Amino acid sequence: MTTSATTVRVAEAAAPIDGRDQFAPLLERVRAGRKFGANVLSTLDVLQVLYDRVLRITPATVDDPDRDRFLLSKGHAVAGYYALLAAKGFIPPDWLDDQGGPSSRLGDHPDRTLIPGVEIGSGSLGHGLGLGVGSALGLRAQGRLAPRVYVLLGDAELDEGSNHEAIAYAGAVGLGNLTAIVVDNFSATHGWPGGLATRFTANGWTAATVDGRDRDALHPALTGHHGHRPHVVVALVGDGE
Amino acid sequence: MIVRDTFVATTTEFLDDPRTVVVLADISAEAFAPAATRHPDRVVNVGIREQLMVGVAGGLALTGLRPIVHSYAPFLVERAYEQIKLDLDHQGVGAVLVSVGASYDRAAAGRTHLGPADVALIDTLHDWTVHVPGHRDEVPGLLRAVVCGQGSAYVRLSTQSNARAYPEAGDLRVLRDAGPGAALLVAVGPTVDAALDATADLPVTVAYTHRPRPFDTAGLRALVDSAVILVEPYLAGTSARLVSAALADRPHRLAALGVRREELRRYGSAADHARWHGLDAAGLRRSITDFLSPALV
Repeated sequence: MTTSATTVRVAEAAAPIDGRDQFAPLLERVRAGRKFGANVLSTLDVLQVLYDRVLRITPATVDDPDRDRFLLSKGHAVAGYYALLAAKGFIPPDWLDDQGGPSSRLGDHPDRTLIPGVEIGSGSLGHGLGLGVGSALGLRAQGRLAPRVYVLLGDAELDEGSNHEAIAYAGAVGLGNLTAIVVDNFSATHGWPGGLATRFTANGWTAATVDGRDRDALHPALTGHHGHRPHVVVALVGDGE
Repeated sequence: MIVRDTFVATTTEFLDDPRTVVVLADISAEAFAPAATRHPDRVVNVGIREQLMVGVAGGLALTGLRPIVHSYAPFLVERAYEQIKLDLDHQGVGAVLVSVGASYDRAAAGRTHLGPADVALIDTLHDWTVHVPGHRDEVPGLLRAVVCGQGSAYVRLSTQSNARAYPEAGDLRVLRDAGPGAALLVAVGPTVDAALDATADLPVTVAYTHRPRPFDTAGLRALVDSAVILVEPYLAGTSARLVSAALADRPHRLAALGVRREELRRYGSAADHARWHGLDAAGLRRSITDFLSPALV
C-alpha cells in the first residue's frame, strides 16, 4: 500500500514544471529504442483523453475514497500508461528509465502496491472487469455516488469467459457507475461477429462505438453514460494497430 | 445442514457492521434472503459465476469493505483459484472465504462435488488463516475473529462433526495426555472423535485444533517427543511440510493421514468415504498401530 505521505512526495518530484504536455518525450523514454506492439499504440489516444479530460483523479487524490477509479485490465499496455502517470505527476519520470529492472517499481505489468495512482495489478487477462464491478458495488454500498469506475480492456481479452460473467451481471443489476472501454484492434483470434458492443447491449448496457484515434469522438463517448445502466465504449483502431 | 445455518445466522449479525458485505454465487442465497432484504447493497448474489464472485470480492475490498465470500468448496477454491491469487492476494486486499461441502460431505454427488484439495490450494498462498471447525458451536467465535481481522481467511464448514465443541482451539489443545514418551496425534476439525476412539488404549497423546493455518508449531514442539501423527479431513500430508519444518532440528517420525488422492468413483455416504480413505476409527487404528510398531511391519 502507498501512504499518502509517499504519494505527495512522489507527486512533487514528478510534477511538470511548466505545465507542458510531457507525454511524447516520456513515452520515448519508456520505449528506450524498443519497438512498440499494437497493444501499446492502440491505447494511447484513449488513455490521454481519459487522463486529460475525463478522470477525476490527481496525484493528490490517489487515496481519496471519492476519486474516480481507472482500472487497466489489459495490463500489458503499460508503456503509454506509465508515460501518462509520469506526465500527470503520479510517478517521477526517472522511474521510466529502468522498467522491469531489479530495483524498478514498473514491471511489464503494473502492480498497484508499487505504483501511486495504479488501482489494480493486472497482467493475466480477464480480471479487471470483475474487480471493477466489485469496486462499483462497493462505492454504491457506501453511498459514494460521485465516483465512477472505468475499466480498459482489449477485444482479444474479451475471449476470457470471466468478462462475460461480469458483463451479464453488471447489466442485470444496472450498475450505473461502471464504464468499460474496449480497445478493438481486431486482435481476437475468432473475432466478434456482429460487433463487440452487442455483447454488452444484449445485457442491458448502453454503448458507443467510436474511432479510437479520434479524441473529439472519444470524449463524448467516454462521458455518454446516463447513470442508470453500465456503459461501454468500443474504441475501434486499425487492424493490428 | 445445521452448520450452514449457524454460519448464516452469525454472518447476518455481522452485517450490522456497515463494512461487512456478503458475496454469493447462488449457493445459500435462499438462506441469506432475509439479510439481503435488510441490506440489499451488502448481500451480493452474482448468480452461478464463481470467477466474478471472487473478483467482485476483490473490488469490494479495494473500496474498504470486508467481504465474506461463500460457496461450495470446489467451486469457491478450485474453480476460482486464480481470482483468489490475483484479485485478493496480488491486489493486497483480504477477504473471508467460507465453504460448505467439505471433502466428501456430498459423496453421492460424485467427483464434481468432492473438494479434498481446498486447504492444500489455499496453502499455496501466503499468510492465510485457515479454520476447520469440528462442531457448529465453534463457528461463531472463529468466524468473528477472522471477519474482524484484516487479512484473508478460509473457513471450511463440514457436515461432519465431533460430538462436542472445543472452542478456543486455534492453538493445539490436548484432549488426552498419554504422558512422557507418547506419540503425539494432532487431529484437525471433525476428525478428532474418530482419532480419540482409535487410540483409546494406545500410548498416544491427542491434541485438537480447528486452525491448521497458522499451524501452532510452538505448541507442537512443546508436546512432541519423537513420533507425530497428523489426521486431517482434507488431502493427506497437507500439513506435513509444517511439521517437518517445525521439527527440523529433532529426529522424529511422521505419519500424515488424510484423504487420499485417487478418485474412487464411488458414491455412498460420507461415512463410507471416511472408511475407504482409512479415516474412520478402525482405519485410523490400523494406520496408527502400524506406525507405532515399525519393527513388526
